[in-house]
Amino acid sequence: MCLGVPGRIVDVHESNGLRMGMADFGGARREICLSYTPEAAIGSYVLVHVGFAISVISEDEARETRDLLEEIGALGEGSAA
Amino acid sequence: MKYVDEYRRAKDVHALVAATRRAVTRPWVLMEICGGQTHAIVRHGIDQLLPPEIELVHGPGCPVCVTPLELVDKALAIASRPEVIFTSYGDMLRVPGSGRDLFGVRAAGGDVRVVYSPLDAVQLARENADREVVFFAIGFETTAPANAMSAWQAKRLGLRNFSLLVSHVRVPPAMHAILGAPENRVQAFLAAGHVCAVMGYHEYPSIAARYKVPIVVTGFEPVDIVQGIYRAVRQLERGLAETENAYGRAVTFDGNRPAQDLIRRTFAGCDRAWRGIGIIPDSGWRLRQELAEFDAEQRFEVGAIRPEESPTCIAGRILQGMAKPHDCPAFGSACTPEHPLGATMVSAEGACAAYYRYGR
Repeated sequence: MCLGVPGRIVDVHESNGLRMGMADFGGARREICLSYTPEAAIGSYVLVHVGFAISVISEDEARETRDLLEEIGALGEGSAA
Repeated sequence: MKYVDEYRRAKDVHALVAATRRAVTRPWVLMEICGGQTHAIVRHGIDQLLPPEIELVHGPGCPVCVTPLELVDKALAIASRPEVIFTSYGDMLRVPGSGRDLFGVRAAGGDVRVVYSPLDAVQLARENADREVVFFAIGFETTAPANAMSAWQAKRLGLRNFSLLVSHVRVPPAMHAILGAPENRVQAFLAAGHVCAVMGYHEYPSIAARYKVPIVVTGFEPVDIVQGIYRAVRQLERGLAETENAYGRAVTFDGNRPAQDLIRRTFAGCDRAWRGIGIIPDSGWRLRQELAEFDAEQRFEVGAIRPEESPTCIAGRILQGMAKPHDCPAFGSACTPEHPLGATMVSAEGACAAYYRYGR
């Protein structure tokens, strides 16, 4: 139910008074509401739940997982999480 | 897909499992709260990869599962009315009430439609001015911003034929209920990542300190989940009870402030019955009085509803981590996803349905 899918914003527009946008999900595109993520712009990755962007994905924070994997000695060839 | 594929690498999952194995010295019981995580854990076989000391119990974070039977019965009564277009997230359609489900209502001629977003239901109301469009607004904090926006958008557009049947629930009161129970077994929580994307995790340090349990905000991909487990076990072994964030790419301490603001303007706190568990004080949200015109419970008189639950089902104990699906005599025999007896079998994200589907 609380499914969230990361999508890349390819367009921002207004519709019926709401900040909306088009998001690309690995090829599939869908209109989403951007009212809760005023900082999201074209090119941003957002986490989308039932047609609403609920957070902007942070590239810096995504590196934390890589840091942890490095710490436990997991990162070798072909791994970049 | 970026931010998905790199969190599904088997090599990294195994490295984190190995680190967990090195860290663990004695038995621990961890609970993942979110049904989406339960489903992912069982689907990817994460429960079978873990060292035997670690037991995962499955929390109440499946809104479809915990929506009270009385409200499902109300939905069925409203959806059966000829003037109504009843709209819902797809997961709710096969949840049985005391009698049939929403599919049954549709088969009998009711106009029941699945929508992807509550804004789609608002659009349906604009296009069908002679009909009453009702949206079944269930969910946890993750879904509340979308449901809240639909009420305000209907108000902005001046719609008089749109309403919400609201059954919102919140995670922190359920954590208090589980940890405060005398039979509690949970020693650490994996907090639901997408609930925290909306609400942040500032409510959790006080829970962690009060009950002395580590709480790790956790995502949904296999690497995320095993990372959450590893960080929880690391704390347990060190005797810590802190709140940490293992899903930083989507979650901040404060959460989504604009979403929280609209939630506050839309909903007020209320006691809520959780299917299988019972009433948890101040665990739900209902529409505020100033939005009463959009409240389907006030718009439609459905008469007295007396729901009947199965006497065999142990869903309540499962949802609180006190039992596992196999402890139930009906699991897989009298109770299956096709003929569910209770909360944890009605949705694919329920623990019983996940165990049944993946042969646990």
